[in-house]
Amino acid sequence: MKKGKGMQFVGDSRITADKKKFIPKDYSEYPGKTEAFWPNFLLKEWLVGAVFLVGFLCLTIAHPAPLEGPADPTDAAYLPLPDWYFLFLYQLLKYQFAGGDFFVLGAIVIPGLAFGGLFLAPFLDKGSNRRPVKRPITTSLMILGVISVFWLTYEAAAHVDWEAKAAANKPIPPGSIQVDTESDGYAVYEANSCIQCHGGNLEGASGPSLIGIDYSVDEIKDIAVNGIGDMPAGQFDGTEEELQQLAEFIVAENEDH
Amino acid sequence: MMQKIYDWIDERVDITPLWRDIADHEVPEHVNPAHHFSAFVYCFGGLTFFVTVIQVLSGMFLTMYYVPDIENAWRSVYYLQTEVAHGQIVRGMHHWGASVVIVMLFLHTLRVFFQGAYKKPRELNWMVGVLIFFVMLGLGLTGYLLPWDNKAYFATLVTLEIAEGVPFIGEATKTLLAGDPEIVGAQTLTRFFAIHVFFLPAALFGLMAAHFIMIRKQGISGPL
Repeated sequence: MKKGKGMQFVGDSRITADKKKFIPKDYSEYPGKTEAFWPNFLLKEWLVGAVFLVGFLCLTIAHPAPLEGPADPTDAAYLPLPDWYFLFLYQLLKYQFAGGDFFVLGAIVIPGLAFGGLFLAPFLDKGSNRRPVKRPITTSLMILGVISVFWLTYEAAAHVDWEAKAAANKPIPPGSIQVDTESDGYAVYEANSCIQCHGGNLEGASGPSLIGIDYSVDEIKDIAVNGIGDMPAGQFDGTEEELQQLAEFIVAENEDH
Repeated sequence: MMQKIYDWIDERVDITPLWRDIADHEVPEHVNPAHHFSAFVYCFGGLTFFVTVIQVLSGMFLTMYYVPDIENAWRSVYYLQTEVAHGQIVRGMHHWGASVVIVMLFLHTLRVFFQGAYKKPRELNWMVGVLIFFVMLGLGLTGYLLPWDNKAYFATLVTLEIAEGVPFIGEATKTLLAGDPEIVGAQTLTRFFAIHVFFLPAALFGLMAAHFIMIRKQGISGPL
């Protein structure tokens, strides 16, 4: 097709003098039966879209969008993770050959080559063959790429305890928790060192929040005495009766909120 | 009545050729799942567009409540999620749509790739499609910060650290995105909001227009 400055027009700039155009093959030349797009085919597409929408809405109703607590830059223990479709890039940086000293390789060169290759695919694979088996290099590179992405995503996601992460980061509006500071249990909570790590309203400070936990009275008694995770043993220093009051207070506050 | 309105407009601006360009064409058998069920692979592009429409509409409604400010962003999302009628559904559609659109784009890309449909004369359209993929990833990246919860904040921190590590342009890129060489805070949120709601959608609409015009111009690729 003739293009650019040399193009001649018949007075009207919309109509070229030279009527040679790139005309794609007419659909009627393809084998088989064609169907009118409007309205026949569009109606079928509409039905597929409707079925898809119903499934999609079921998903949104069954699984409400997650929301964690408000951003807290002081939370040094938080495990940062990108959204799932970036996990493969994030995981790549964890390997020795692609992270640390080789950061530029893992962050720019490897993804750059992969996505650059994808972008320029038509110029790298110039042959006229379209069947995947007739262009083995292109096909195998793509299969390798897809397998790598799946594998890296799996490696990144498999080692995360997603349920524990969600449970430890429930959305609690700041200042919305008001615990019963008059109760006997709160006096015990205050008298022992609990308040220093778990906050004046059980909202958590250096330690996790005690609101939104799922422990029984006996389990809380055990944790207070023996510790759990980063919490050392021997934090509780009081009588058995006070321990009972403390645990019942924490369970009661959890039932209220 | 409709016909009269149509005729009235058509008489003045001649919209019939436009209508013919958009709707008046034949769909060949090899892309029609009614004839060959395996042709359902041709649905992925259309479904990507469908989810994009869902994203645009749900996003427009989300901005009716969302406040791009570090004091109120999380509270506005929490309010939307817990107090507003159907707010949970609208936010859920936008949240899950962001994932589904990536899945559909991925499947559509694989279909075009393995069928070799990017070959001459469709090289340009393939490149525009890959750019749409990048813009979508950018939308996912910037949208992830907006609820301003812990996962959003810390994921963005990591993203900006990675951007900063790029040689030569890293620090400038980080400052451009975060609004400050050091602080990830109020400026970062407003910048991500602006990028997510204005800059990238504008780029997306332009690219999608080019994508669709080229499809109509070149037609769909033939059977293998």
